[in-house]
Amino acid sequence: MSKNTSKGFFESLADGPSTDEFIKGLWKDNPVFVQVLGMCPVLAVSNTAENALAMGLATTFVLLMSNILVSLLRNFIPKQVRIASYILIIATFVTITDYAIQAISVELHKSLGAFISLIVVNCLILSRAEAFASKNTIGKSILDALGMGIGFVFALFCLGAVREILGSGSLFNFALFPAGFQNWVVMILPAGGFFTLALWLLLFNVLKEKKAS
Amino acid sequence: MNQEPLWQIFISASLVNNFVLAYFLGICPFLGVSGKMGTATKMGAAVTFVMLISSMCAYGIHALLVIINAPFLQLISYIVVIASTVQLVEMFVKKMSPTLFRALGIFLPLITTNCAILGLALFQTSKGYGFVQSIVYAFGAGAGFTLALILIAGLREQLEFAEIPKAVKGAVLTLFIAGILSLTFMGFSGLGRQ
Repeated sequence: MSKNTSKGFFESLADGPSTDEFIKGLWKDNPVFVQVLGMCPVLAVSNTAENALAMGLATTFVLLMSNILVSLLRNFIPKQVRIASYILIIATFVTITDYAIQAISVELHKSLGAFISLIVVNCLILSRAEAFASKNTIGKSILDALGMGIGFVFALFCLGAVREILGSGSLFNFALFPAGFQNWVVMILPAGGFFTLALWLLLFNVLKEKKAS
Repeated sequence: MNQEPLWQIFISASLVNNFVLAYFLGICPFLGVSGKMGTATKMGAAVTFVMLISSMCAYGIHALLVIINAPFLQLISYIVVIASTVQLVEMFVKKMSPTLFRALGIFLPLITTNCAILGLALFQTSKGYGFVQSIVYAFGAGAGFTLALILIAGLREQLEFAEIPKAVKGAVLTLFIAGILSLTFMGFSGLGRQ
């Protein structure tokens, strides 16, 4: 079995259109800005750039691992119970990630809080499993997961950076402005998350419209 | 064990720490089905029901996991309970009211991946609520979710005929409204603190 899969793996890597699977997640089908998926962690932990980056990387890891497993098992999982199986697979990897982050940095684990566990219910991961990994070879699924994951990290970072710069006057805890700078406290508060995301989406919509006309 | 009085738990879950507007939980259905008042109310009721059931189950599961000393199974068992509750609700709604079933559409099975429900189960565990406290917490969270959904739906219905630029329509507009609502809900902070 493992021999077969490894063969399929390399064959699929040699497939022509694979780079498309990677690129599309970065810009054209960006999970946050274009598909508007996985909003809860996007808004909740993007109050600083560091949190946003950590959350993005954790999500990418879970996305990658679950895409690999779902793609490997796609011919064995009965259609009726597929969603339940996908969620179980995702929950397993999230548990692993949760414990790993706790081992690496207790401080980070505290500031992300329950939102690491909530990666389980990130619609992005389930939608990739259902819409892509369950129908495609493992190589393509890996590229898809990496593309989407990096797109997700990029989007989270965009939000986190804006909110941290305006809300705390710093980026990655380095102060950017002279001492007289008045922090925009609203940016760290929940309302700031909604506003920042709305403005980023607006920017993307305007760009799309310009391109179309 | 947490000794918080019940009324305080309710106020805190529904208004001060509103799940949607302060914790950003359950944003997906919030953006998806908040277009019409009728659907929003029913969606809120469905979510509240699932919250109540899964909160009770989560309390039992947590007690069991403490006994067999397997905390790493927490996440997996919670999500399985939630998924089966949602399946139950789905079958029930399909049988009782096919129109509502069609109106809720894809968002009904998606209650499974509604972070508000899993978030509720995780928060009540980490806060160490007892059985009655958990139920009140679930009820408060559900009420808060429904309230936020109804508020947004009302505002969106009003804005239906307003002239707005094409780029702002849809998710962007809803997010702006949500931001303003979130600001107003901050007025509740400090309420219910002794």
